[in-house]
Amino acid sequence: MIEVRNVTKTYGSTKVLDDVSLTIAPGGVTSIIGANGAGKSTLLSIIGRLLPADSGRVTVDGLDVATTPGATLAKRLAVLRQENHTSIRLSVRELVAFGRFPHSRGRLNATDLAAVDEAIAYFELEEFADRQLDQLSGGQRQRAHVAAVLCQDTDYVLLDEPLNNLDMRHSVQMMRRLRRMARDFAKTVVLVVHDINFASCHSDEVIAMRDGGVVAQGPTAELMTPELLSTVFDLDIAVHDIGGNRIGVYYS
Amino acid sequence: MSTGTGRRREVRGRHLVLAVLLLVPAAFASLFVGAGELSPLDLLNGDSDAALLLVESRLPRLLAILLAGTAMGVAGLVMMHITRNRFVTPSTAGTTESAVLGVFVATAFLGAESVMVKMVVALGFALIGTLFFLWVLRRLTFADVVVVPLVGIMLGGVITAVTTFFAYRADLLQSLSAWTNGDFSSVLRGRYELLWLTAAVTVGCYLYANRFTVAGVGRDFAVNLGVHYDRVVNLGLLLVSATTAAVVVTVGNIPFIGLVVPNLVTLVLGDNLRRVLPVTALVGAAFVLACDVVGRVVRHPYEIPVETVAGVVGSIVFILLVLRVRRVAG
Repeated sequence: MIEVRNVTKTYGSTKVLDDVSLTIAPGGVTSIIGANGAGKSTLLSIIGRLLPADSGRVTVDGLDVATTPGATLAKRLAVLRQENHTSIRLSVRELVAFGRFPHSRGRLNATDLAAVDEAIAYFELEEFADRQLDQLSGGQRQRAHVAAVLCQDTDYVLLDEPLNNLDMRHSVQMMRRLRRMARDFAKTVVLVVHDINFASCHSDEVIAMRDGGVVAQGPTAELMTPELLSTVFDLDIAVHDIGGNRIGVYYS
Repeated sequence: MSTGTGRRREVRGRHLVLAVLLLVPAAFASLFVGAGELSPLDLLNGDSDAALLLVESRLPRLLAILLAGTAMGVAGLVMMHITRNRFVTPSTAGTTESAVLGVFVATAFLGAESVMVKMVVALGFALIGTLFFLWVLRRLTFADVVVVPLVGIMLGGVITAVTTFFAYRADLLQSLSAWTNGDFSSVLRGRYELLWLTAAVTVGCYLYANRFTVAGVGRDFAVNLGVHYDRVVNLGLLLVSATTAAVVVTVGNIPFIGLVVPNLVTLVLGDNLRRVLPVTALVGAAFVLACDVVGRVVRHPYEIPVETVAGVVGSIVFILLVLRVRRVAG
C-alpha cells in the first residue's frame, strides 16, 4: 500500500503540491491524470524518492521512502521519470541488465539473465539488443528504459508517461503488459498518463489532479464523466461508451 | 555489468589480449632504451653494471610508467562517468593544477619533507579544486559539452598562475617545474614506490565500476537502483584526486592521458565501466610508455620529458575528439 500524507512541494514561489494525501491500494493499475502543471510528475517523483517533499510523508508498505535505505527500497519499488536523456554509451542489453542491480549487485545469475532476455523479447528489442542507446530512436530508447524498470521485478512500479514517443502499437502493448503484470503478479502499477483514453481502457483506478491537489480518486468508470474531465482539464469532453470502454472525445 | 553471453565475453577477452600483446613487447623493449648502454645480451653474460642499471633505474622507470599510465587512464574514465561529461578529466577540471598547488604549499609553507605528507596535502587541494570546479559548473547557464572542459582548463590556468607567482616569490620555480612537467628520467629505485598506491586505487575503481556506470547514466537511474548517488560521486572524486596527487608528487603532471585514453577506448567499446576499465588501464600504460620511449629516442642520448610528448599528442587528439563531437551534434 502506498500512503501519501500531507505532502507539500514548492518550487520557488509556486506551490506544485499543496497538502496532498491519498492511498493507493496494492494490486492493479492506477493512472494519474491532469493538465500540465497539475503536479502529477512531482507527486510520482516524491513517491519514488527521486525528489524530497518539503513536508509530509510517503510510505510504501509502511516504509518511509525518505528514510528507508535506497538498496532496500530498490527491491520493492521501481520508478522511471519522463525524460531519460543520457549521453552514456551502453547497449540496450547492458541497460536492461542494470535493472537487476538491486538483486544481483552486478553479478548476474541464471534468473537475472532470464529476466533480462524476457524483458528484451517482450518489448521487441532483440534486434537492437547490442546496439548503443544513442543509436536508437526515442521510442526504442523509451522501451529499453521501461524494460530495465520491469526487469527490476518490484512490487510497486511507478512510470511517468511510459507511452512517451511510442507509436500506437507499442503504446497498446505497453499498457497490456503493465495490466497483465498487475493482474498476474499482484503488482501495483502507478502511471502518469497524458492520454485519458489509455487511462480509461487500462486502469483500475484513476487519480485526477488539478493545481497541486487531488480532485477525485476512484474506479475508472466512475471518474470518466464529462463533468469531472471538464473540471480537471478545463475543456469540454464528451464521453461515449465504445466496445465496453468509456472514451473521451475532445478533438473538435 | 557483464551480461554473460558467450559472444560478449569473447569480445571483451579479445580486446584485453590485444592490449596485452601490444604492451608486453613494448615494455620489454623500453628496458633497453636510454642514455646508458644496456642490452639483453649484457644481462645474460652476467654483467653486474648492466644488472645494476636494470634494477636501480630501468625497471623502476618501467614500473612507474606502467603504474602512472594505468592510474591516470582509469582516473579519467571514472571522472568522465561521475561528472557525466566525457571531456571532464583531471587535466580539464583544475584537478591536476590544484594538486600541483598542494605540493607547492606543502613544500614551501609547511616544510614537508616526506612524499607521503606532500601527497596528502596535494590530495586535499585536488579534491577542493575539483569540487570548486563542479560548483562553478552547476552555476554555468551555458553548460555545453565543449564549453565545460574549457572552463576547467581556464580554472587550471588561474590556479597555475597563483602557484607560479608564489613559487617565483619563494624562489622555487625549479622545484615547481618538477611537478608540472611529468618526467620519468629521475625515477630510481626508492623514489617511485608511492605510485603503488595508485594500483590500489585502480582496484578500488574496478570494484566500484558498476556503481560508477549507474551514476553515469544519471541521478534518477542510480537512485532508482538503490545506488547512493552522492556517495558514489564523492568516492569517485576522492579516488581520482588520490591518483592525481600521487602521480604529480612522484613523476609530475602528464597531461591529457586521462582525457585521451578513456575517450578513445569508450569510443570503440562503449561506456560500461566493468568492461572497459581493464582495457583503459592497459591502453593508458601503453600510451605513457610510448610517449616516454619517443621522448628517449627523438634526440638520444638526451631526453624530452614525457609531459611534452604527451601534451603534443594529447592536445591533438583532444581537438580531434572535440571536432568529432561537434560533427555528431551538428
